[in-house]
Amino acid sequence: MAAMNTFQRSRGVWLLVLIPGLWLLVFFLVPCLIVLKISLSQTALAQPPYTPVFDWTEGWAGLTAFFAALSTSNYAALAADTIYLASYLKSLEVAALATLMLLLIGYPIAYGIARAGARAQAILILLVILPFWTSFLIRVYAWITILQHDGLLNRTLLGLGIIASPVAWLASDTAIYIGLVYSYLPFMVLPLYATLQKHDPALLEAAADLGARRWKAFWSVTLPLSWPGIAAGALLCFIPIVGEFVIPDLLGGSETMMIGQTLWTEFFANRDWPIASAIAIALLCVILGPIAMWENLRARQLQGSA
Amino acid sequence: MRRPSTFNVVSVALGLAFLYLPITILVIYSFNASRLVGVWGGWSTRWYAVLLQDQALLEAARTSLGIAFLSASASTLLGTSVALALARIGRFAGRTALSAMTYAPLVMPEVIIGLSLLLLFVAVGFDRGFWTVTVAHTTLTMCFVTIIVQARLADMDRNLEEAAMDLGCPPLRTLLTVTLPLAAPAVISGFLLAFSLSLDDLVIASFTTGPGATTLPIRIYSEVRLGVKPEINAICTLMIAAVSVAVVLAALLERRRTG
Repeated sequence: MAAMNTFQRSRGVWLLVLIPGLWLLVFFLVPCLIVLKISLSQTALAQPPYTPVFDWTEGWAGLTAFFAALSTSNYAALAADTIYLASYLKSLEVAALATLMLLLIGYPIAYGIARAGARAQAILILLVILPFWTSFLIRVYAWITILQHDGLLNRTLLGLGIIASPVAWLASDTAIYIGLVYSYLPFMVLPLYATLQKHDPALLEAAADLGARRWKAFWSVTLPLSWPGIAAGALLCFIPIVGEFVIPDLLGGSETMMIGQTLWTEFFANRDWPIASAIAIALLCVILGPIAMWENLRARQLQGSA
Repeated sequence: MRRPSTFNVVSVALGLAFLYLPITILVIYSFNASRLVGVWGGWSTRWYAVLLQDQALLEAARTSLGIAFLSASASTLLGTSVALALARIGRFAGRTALSAMTYAPLVMPEVIIGLSLLLLFVAVGFDRGFWTVTVAHTTLTMCFVTIIVQARLADMDRNLEEAAMDLGCPPLRTLLTVTLPLAAPAVISGFLLAFSLSLDDLVIASFTTGPGATTLPIRIYSEVRLGVKPEINAICTLMIAAVSVAVVLAALLERRRTG
C-alpha cells in the first residue's frame, strides 16, 4: 500500500485531479442537476421550450420567483398516465428476462473458456471481445437482414420445410430479445470469465475425491464461488438494458415502448422537454438500486486487488 | 487441470458461432450483386462503388472520424489523469467524489447522458454541432480509459518508479519517463476503445448534435429505418474491417509488452 502514493508530495500533482474533476463537474454533474430542474418546469411554446427560465439580471427576486414557479406537476402527469407506467414495467420486464437469458447462455461459454488452455483462453477471450468493438448499430442491422420478411431465417426455414409460410420475426419481442442477447453477450461473458478463471481446480478435485459427482461439485463449489462474476455480469447487462433505445426501436414492435423510446419520443417528436426530463429522473430512480449495488461491488473488487 | 469436456467445447463453439454468424452474413451480402438483400446474385463490388459516390455519407464519415479522433484524444488525457490520481496519489480530498463521477457514466443510460448534456448546451446558449458532440463523447468515453489504465497501473511493478525517485529523478520526469512508458499499451488501448465508442455512438450524438454535423451512425440509422440496403452492408463491412485491424494491432502490441 505504501507505493499507492508515489506522487503524493509532488508539486503540480493536483492538476491530475483538478482538470478531470472540473470537466466531470461541468459536463456530468451540472447537466444532471439541470435535468432535475427542468423536470420541475412547465412546457412552453418558446425557445427553450419550458418555463421558468432562470434570469440572472433579476437577482434575488428572480431567484425566489424561479423557485416558486417550480412544480411537481410533470411527475403527477407521469403517475396519472398509464402509458408511462406500462413503459417502465415493460423495460424492467425486458431487462430482467434478457439478463436471465444472457446468464444462461453466457455462463456455459465463460465456463468453457476458463477450462481451455492458457494460450487458447487469450485467443477465445479476444474473439468474444472483438464484436463488442464493432458498431452496436451494425450488429442490430445484421439481425434485421436475417429476421426480415424475406430474410435469411425465413428462407432457410421455408427451404427446410420447417415452416409453411414466412414468420414475422421483426417488430416483435422475440426480435428484441435476440438483439439484446446478441449485443450484451460480451458484457456477461467477460466478468463471468474473470471470476471463473481464478478458481483453483484443486477444489473440484477435492470435491471429486470426496465422492461428489460432477453436477454436485459444480452446484456446491463452482457456482457459489462465481457469485461476484454473476452479480457483475447481471448488473452490467441489466442497468443499460433498462434504458436501451436502439434495439427496441429497430427490432421491436410498436405496441408497448420501452422507457428509453418513450423518452426519445417525448423529446424529439412531442418536444416536451419537461416531461422527457421527468421520465429521465424517474428512470434514474428505478435503476438507482442496481447502480448502488454495482458501485459497491466495484469498490470491493478494487479493495480486493489492491 | 482437467481437460475441457465435450460440453465445454460445444458451448464455446456455439457461442462464437452465434457472435460471428450475423456479422459474417452481413459482410458476405455486401458483395452481393443483387439489390435484394435476401437474394444472392453473384459476387460484385458495385455497392462499394456506389458508396464512393454518396457525398452525404462520405461527409458524415469525415465528421465522425474527426469527432472520434478529437474526443478520444481528450478523453485519453483526462481518463489517464484520473487513473494516475486514483492509483498513485493515495488519499486526497475528493477522491471518492472523483472516482464516483468517473465511473457513473459507465452505467448511466445513454438517453439520460444525451438529454442532460443537450439541456446544458441549451442553458448556456452554446450552438450545437461538431464541438458539442465532441465534448459529449469525451465525457462518455473517459471512464473507459480510466478503467483500462488504472488496471494496468495497479498491476505494474512500482519499484521502478520508486527507484527513479530515490536516485533523484524529479516526480514529473519519473511520471513522463518511467510511469507513462510502462503504462503506454494500456493508454493506447484506452484511446482505441474511446475512438471506436465515439465512432459507434448514435443516441448521445443525436441529442447533442445540431444542423450541419451529421455523424455516420445518425446517417446509417436514418437509412436503416427506411429498410435494408446493400450500400449499408458495404459501409458496415468497411467499418468492421477498420475496427478488426485496430483491435488485432492493439492485441499484438499488448502481447509484445507482456510476452
